[in-house]
This record gives sequence, C-alpha cells and structure tokens, in this order.
Amino acid sequence: MTQPLSGKEVVARIQKQVPGAVLLADHGCIWVRPVTVAQVAQYLKEAPGMEMDYLNNLTAADYLDYLEVVYHLSSLKRNHSLTLKVQCWGPEEPEVPSVFHLWQGADLQERECYDMFGVRFVDHPNLKRILFWEGFEGHVLRKEYTG
Amino acid sequence: MEMMPQFPWEEMDRGEVLSIEQLRAGSAEALHDPDAWIDDEVKRGVLITSLDAMLGWSRRYSTWPVTFGLACCAMEMIATAASRFDISRFGMDVFRASPRQADLMLVAGTLCWKMAPALKRIYDQMPEPKWVVAMGQCAISGGPFAEYVSVVPGVNHIVPVDVYVPGCPPRPESLLHGLTLLHKKIQTEGSRLKRGLN
Ligand code: SF4
Repeated sequence: MTQPLSGKEVVARIQKQVPGAVLLADHGCIWVRPVTVAQVAQYLKEAPGMEMDYLNNLTAADYLDYLEVVYHLSSLKRNHSLTLKVQCWGPEEPEVPSVFHLWQGADLQERECYDMFGVRFVDHPNLKRILFWEGFEGHVLRKEYTG
Repeated sequence: MEMMPQFPWEEMDRGEVLSIEQLRAGSAEALHDPDAWIDDEVKRGVLITSLDAMLGWSRRYSTWPVTFGLACCAMEMIATAASRFDISRFGMDVFRASPRQADLMLVAGTLCWKMAPALKRIYDQMPEPKWVVAMGQCAISGGPFAEYVSVVPGVNHIVPVDVYVPGCPPRPESLLHGLTLLHKKIQTEGSRLKRGLN
C-alpha cells in the first residue's frame, strides 16, 4: 500500500525551502499559495526523502467562492503519496504556474483543467482547449456554467 | 346434427382408382418445356431477371460497413461481427478501414461536436450508393447525454439516416434486425438513385 505522507510533517521542510508557501496542512494534504506551486512541486520532486516522481492526477474543483486546483503526487521509489492543493480566489481566469517541466504527464491534464475550469497554467508550452474546440464560450465544469 | 356419410372401404378404393386412371389418361404426353425454343448454349449461360432486382440483390449482399465505433455501442457492433452473431451471413463481414471501399456507415455511439466534422468527412468520402444506420440512443438523439453541450443530438443533424436501431446499447439481435430492414430497403430501392450525386 502506498503510504500517505502526513501534511503536517512535511510542512516544516517545505517552509524551510520555500518560505511562506504553505497556508494550511492536514493529514495527507497541504494547501499552498498559487504563485509558489512550481517551487514547492520541484522541491517535492527532488528533495531526498520526498522524491515525488509521479503525478497521478491533476484536476480542479469549483467551490463557488474559489477554484481549487488539486495535484495528487506519489513516489514510486518510496511508495508514499501527498496531495497538493491550491486555492484560487482571484480573477475570472486564475493563473497557476505550470508543472509541465517537472512531470510531462501534466501536459494534457493541465489543458483539460484549463478547458473545463479556465485555470491558466503559466508557462505551459501549449495551453489550449482539448475536449472542446477553440473559440468555445465558457468553461463547462464551472458551477456558473448553465449553457 | 347431420350424419357424416359413411363410405365402405371398397367404394373409397374405387374412387382412388378412378382418379389415377383419369390422370394417367390425361398425361400421355410429356409436358411442354416453355424454354424449349431457346438454344442450349444460351440456356446454360443466361439468367433473366429485371435490372432492379439484380442490382438490389447484389448491393444487399455486399454491404460493406465502414468502421465507425464511437462509444459503448461499438462493443455490440463488434459482438455482431464476431462468430456468435456472425454478420458474414449477410456478406457484411468486411469492416473497411477506408470509407472509399464502404457502402454503409454504422454509427455506433455518442457523437461529439468535436468528432462531427470527421463523421461528415468520412460520409462524404464514401461512394454512392451509401447508407447510414444510427445505432443506439446516442446516435439517434444524443441519448443520455442529449442535453450536454458537447454532444450532437442525433447523427441525423449531420448525415441522413436510413435505419434507426434503438437501445442502450441495442443487442446484436436488434442490430441484425435493423440490418435486415436496411436490406429490404436496398432491395426495393433497386437502380433508383438514392439521393443526388454529390
Ligand atoms: S446508446 Fe447507450 S450504449 Fe450506446 S453509445 Fe450511447 S450510452 Fe453507450
């Protein structure tokens, strides 16, 4: 079984590396500031003892007041996992740094997330719609979408 | 109640003898062969029928479908093509990978707007005469996903449909029934042009 890392335990290590990044932590999950995602992800991927070499899943959820982008990370080497979450309270199309340069599997998932929720992944090499066609109005998995 | 007339056995036998004798007397000569005047050579090599029946017959038994499985219904289409239901009974076992060799488009599954141009294009590439079967609720009307923005509410918005096979998914029996109906349609259509050549 993959062991979920306790968010509370990794917080200190992340804070040391990327000060002020983590906003909240609980069991198996940490919330970080949107602008620090790429740095935190890089730390999680490369730090000895973490080695999150696999991005299981990247998705988002609409909580009406804010959008939350969710990263499920796991380490095939160490057989543990961690969930990374980012709350975006900001503008209509919030911006979150892309993690494509760390895990190439993020490519299509970030595009899907952009297509469905309108999250702009900064530095993504080819951020365009994937399931809908270019020029489609709105993002269909947003709660406000009624079309 | 009227009594049934009773026949003694001898009388019945006599009746039989009479009828046989009658038939024998009338059949002294062999029946006249209506084709006797036709030359032997010709008779061996020529079959006379109407062009329409001929065309319908040959088209009906060589309706090659283009491979077009879009969603779950494709599984039933595959089952229909496999040995238990055996679509080759109708000369349809060659699912073509190229629309240019196909006569029939079996739309099996949900059509999304992103896929719709490809469907139209494949249909346009098929040579006349061509037919379309809409298999399953999704192809008929969008089915369970009809209200979703990305789903085409029925392939008849894109291409003209000849036979609708309902079900979610239709069992192979239903599909075969639909194909039988299509065969009837093809037979009656004969040499008439289905629709104007594109
Ligand atoms: S009709 Fe039903 S089985 Fe067929 S493609 Fe649609 S959902 Fe799937």
